[in-house]
Amino acid sequence: MSKLIVATRTGDEMVIESGKPGRTVMEMMRDEGVPDLLALCGGSRSCATCHVWVDPAFADRFPPAVEEEEELLDSSSHRQPTSRLSCQLKWSDDLDGLRVTLAPDD
Amino acid sequence: MAQPTVVIIGAGQAGFQVAVSLRELHYDGRIVVIGDEPHAPYQRPPLSKIYLLGECTDEQLLLRPATYYAQHGIDLITGKRAVAIDRSRRKVALEDDSVIDYDHLVLAMGARNRPLPVPGADLPNVCFLRTMDEAAALKARLSHTKSAVVIGAGFIGLEFAASARKQGIDVTVLDVADRPMARALSKTMSAVFMREHEKLGIKLRFKTQVMHLLGGPEGVSAVETVDGQVLPADLVVIGIGVIPNVDLAATCDLAVENGIVVDEFLQTSDPYISAVGDIAAHPNPYAPGARVRLESIQNASDQARCVAARIMGQQPAAYDALPWFWSTQGPLKLQMAGMPAADCEEVFRGEPGGSVCSVFLFRGDKLVCVETLNRPAEHMLARKLIAQRIPVTPQQVADLKFDLKSLLPKPPAAA
Repeated sequence: MSKLIVATRTGDEMVIESGKPGRTVMEMMRDEGVPDLLALCGGSRSCATCHVWVDPAFADRFPPAVEEEEELLDSSSHRQPTSRLSCQLKWSDDLDGLRVTLAPDD
Repeated sequence: MAQPTVVIIGAGQAGFQVAVSLRELHYDGRIVVIGDEPHAPYQRPPLSKIYLLGECTDEQLLLRPATYYAQHGIDLITGKRAVAIDRSRRKVALEDDSVIDYDHLVLAMGARNRPLPVPGADLPNVCFLRTMDEAAALKARLSHTKSAVVIGAGFIGLEFAASARKQGIDVTVLDVADRPMARALSKTMSAVFMREHEKLGIKLRFKTQVMHLLGGPEGVSAVETVDGQVLPADLVVIGIGVIPNVDLAATCDLAVENGIVVDEFLQTSDPYISAVGDIAAHPNPYAPGARVRLESIQNASDQARCVAARIMGQQPAAYDALPWFWSTQGPLKLQMAGMPAADCEEVFRGEPGGSVCSVFLFRGDKLVCVETLNRPAEHMLARKLIAQRIPVTPQQVADLKFDLKSLLPKPPAAA
């Protein structure tokens, strides 16, 4: 068991209790029905509608963004140092307790 | 008094998003979603790509887990068609004779495949690619396929062609037009795609039409064109566009043209009925003068959210979202921002001969559309340039050394 904590756009906190290793953070949030998460392109690095800010304590636990993701993040007006596309973040149980914040709409 | 009810006909991206947005906006009435496919709402874009290639499960296609709907008080009815709308009494009848009352009805029936009206089109191994079931059938065929003929060089046809090619299948694409994606894409970008698809080993034949499909009970064996070419094929995929599902709306006398006619608030000629997504013929600020019907995820999602907000009693806002679109064809990631338009000045930005480039379309001095290939960041930038009407010139666009990002207003200092 591993859990993911999501800060929503309305400032609420949602706790996803059972992380799914192998799935992405975007898919876990989508399956849980996190409000305002559009994830329109379904994880194909085409839209940036699953942009999150990763808890700095966990930021280096993921492989760095590939160029395409980097460019998409760069195009956001809400980029922060730990910005990621959540569709590119694969879950594993050692991420237990990870906190992400859904970035504002662009 | 009975609980207020919103009924949504259509469980595709648009119908799904209306239901989800209503719940996210804390609608406390009943929500009923009626879909004629046997599946919970799912994403169509992956069907022609990762799903076909076996890189994505049925479960991963779902927009929400099947359990989500009951948990959120959404009555999801799958595998059933709505057959009649009684506008005066505000009721919808389903094919199983059940009847559902509504306070507001949202039509999101989308579109169906345009059939190919030639002999042999009903042979086994002649396929379409729009639904999950069609994609599953195609996927099962692919491993036995040596050569495929794709009829229609539009988005779906070329997405399929690239996926099939990746599996080593010999692929030929036919179209009556003189270039790929002729209805939607600039001549300049069309030419880039022609070259890049040929590099992938896909054979493209334009200005030709299918006369008939040859074969027998065991399946299709070849495609014969009007100019007498016979192309062997053990699989044929038809991708010649879609027909909006307006029959139900026409039967109950709603205004219908090429789609269900709606106003800028996406309301039909009946104030208790809205229409969203592929089916909605709507006025669009990016296409002045004409009602348009857009077949895209963006349009489905944004229109759905617009209608959900109006149903919730928010000050009605005219639908004015910038159209954008993507089509991934093997290694070619095409994205479009703005409304495709004919008779524009086409300005190329990129290294000639490369597979990373853009085409900016100007009407007069106004930027109206940007097509990018393998440049997602420039696509995002283009969306801002067009939507915020930021002045940009063809000279700036053509100059690769010019940083287009410098045109954007400076972001406010970080909080």
